[in-house]
Amino acid sequence: MAMTLDTIAAPKPDTIATPAPSGRLRRYARPALGLLLPVGLALGWEIAVGLGWSNGRLVPPPSKLFATIVELARSGELTRHIVATLSRVFAGFGLGVVAGTLLGAVSGYWGLARQLLDPTVQALRAIPSIAWVPLFILWLGIFETSKIALIAVGVFFPVYLGVMGAILSVDRKIVEVGRTFRLSGPAMIRRILLPAVLPAYVVSLRVGLGLGWMFVVAAEFMGASEGLGYLLIDGQQLGKPAQILAAIAIFAILGKTTDWLIEIATAPLLRWQDAFGRQGGAT
Amino acid sequence: MLALDRIGKVYPNGVNALERFSADIRLGEIVAIIGGSGCGKSTLLRAIAGLDRATTGTVTLDDIKVTAPHAKIGIIFQEPRLLPWLSVADNIGFGLSDLPANIRREKVAAALARVGLSDKAGAWPRELSGGQAQRVAIARALVPQPEVLLLDEPFSALDAFTRRDLQDHLLDLWADTRPTLLLVTHDVDEAVVLADRVLVMRPRPGRLFEEIKINLARPRDRASPHFDNFKRRVLTALDRSLDRGVPDADAKSTTGEAMWW
Repeated sequence: MAMTLDTIAAPKPDTIATPAPSGRLRRYARPALGLLLPVGLALGWEIAVGLGWSNGRLVPPPSKLFATIVELARSGELTRHIVATLSRVFAGFGLGVVAGTLLGAVSGYWGLARQLLDPTVQALRAIPSIAWVPLFILWLGIFETSKIALIAVGVFFPVYLGVMGAILSVDRKIVEVGRTFRLSGPAMIRRILLPAVLPAYVVSLRVGLGLGWMFVVAAEFMGASEGLGYLLIDGQQLGKPAQILAAIAIFAILGKTTDWLIEIATAPLLRWQDAFGRQGGAT
Repeated sequence: MLALDRIGKVYPNGVNALERFSADIRLGEIVAIIGGSGCGKSTLLRAIAGLDRATTGTVTLDDIKVTAPHAKIGIIFQEPRLLPWLSVADNIGFGLSDLPANIRREKVAAALARVGLSDKAGAWPRELSGGQAQRVAIARALVPQPEVLLLDEPFSALDAFTRRDLQDHLLDLWADTRPTLLLVTHDVDEAVVLADRVLVMRPRPGRLFEEIKINLARPRDRASPHFDNFKRRVLTALDRSLDRGVPDADAKSTTGEAMWW
């Protein structure tokens, strides 16, 4: 017992004592810090139910949740639902990003296009996207097309706004550098504007993806036979809170993972940034 | 030769920034333009660079009219304006994209060595000090070998020591290919240490007020009495350009030395 305590305690002092945080501390301690709160809450609830302080019927303990997930996974149903939801999100996200990027770039770059397009787009943006649902169902049917269209609409606006805003706020002084080197229009876009808007673009992609996950649930609420949103509705109608919570947990994991994928995919392109966040913020 | 013929600029808001500015600048000459704020120094430089269009008058370089940025005219701004997403080496090579990669790499390496930053080739601009960043900006402007290099208060954001260092360094680099240097400054010391000719401007509207030739051999000794003498002449001209009531070009007078701008 004493031995194990020693081996656990031993690395601690030197990782804390070193003035610059060591690589090991950076690599493991930071994610661990992020896990502290959710794991602590889950454990607390598990113990509370285990001790009989609550019967855990409406809020099932993590062990029950886990069991539900395992059960769903074993029957192969979980994979089916996850694949259905993921493919909807990807299709909608892809469409929304392409449309938002193109229109945002056009409106940001050409003043005339902005004057023509932007008021209309902003007016459309003011409509709560869920309001489109009945119309989309009438136009596109109850199946995949209308769902993907709804998600794409949700993703479109933050990407459009992000790209346009980023282009409009590119530093004039940097653009002037391009002008003094007589860059042509396409060269100016490729060598100055694109890299300059990249950080803001990544943020708008992440916001867009978040909205994509939001709207996939709305889309699956409007009648789906598979998908995580279907699991939610099914759990409500059949009174299975564990299934609802399991679906929610999977949403959290998938959402966080896809967001993290964007983050690590774009990190090499943004290494040049000189920002507060790079240093890990205030300590 | 860079010929400036009656250049004038009226901004859309009606401000008459510059009026009938004429000067002929020989190839290889170093000319400093100095004057109080609002005398159109930067306006003039931007018109020569082709970044802004002059309302009246023409800029001609070797009989070619300049209306847009020109391959033979480089410019260095007050801020380094390095592209933060390019390494130091790529920033220097920014204007060389037409050249094949191996030649570009050679030229960039030579320029880096010339400004003493070979060890920073792979660094990001954010990792440079203010003086180093401005040296990179100088290298970036000089590496395409412009005939005319315009400098818009290039060292005014730096501390006095770094500024002196870079002034000497600029002269060194100038001696390599001897381009025409046209330098806007509000530092009298800088004008006298660098220029063959100082053009003093007066404000509202911006106009050429006086021309002072600096007949001092290089390298110039900042502590010599001749140097002081030229400094005083420039200061007196500046004072008069602002109607400070200095009756004649009294070489001894230093009134307003610290407050003319």
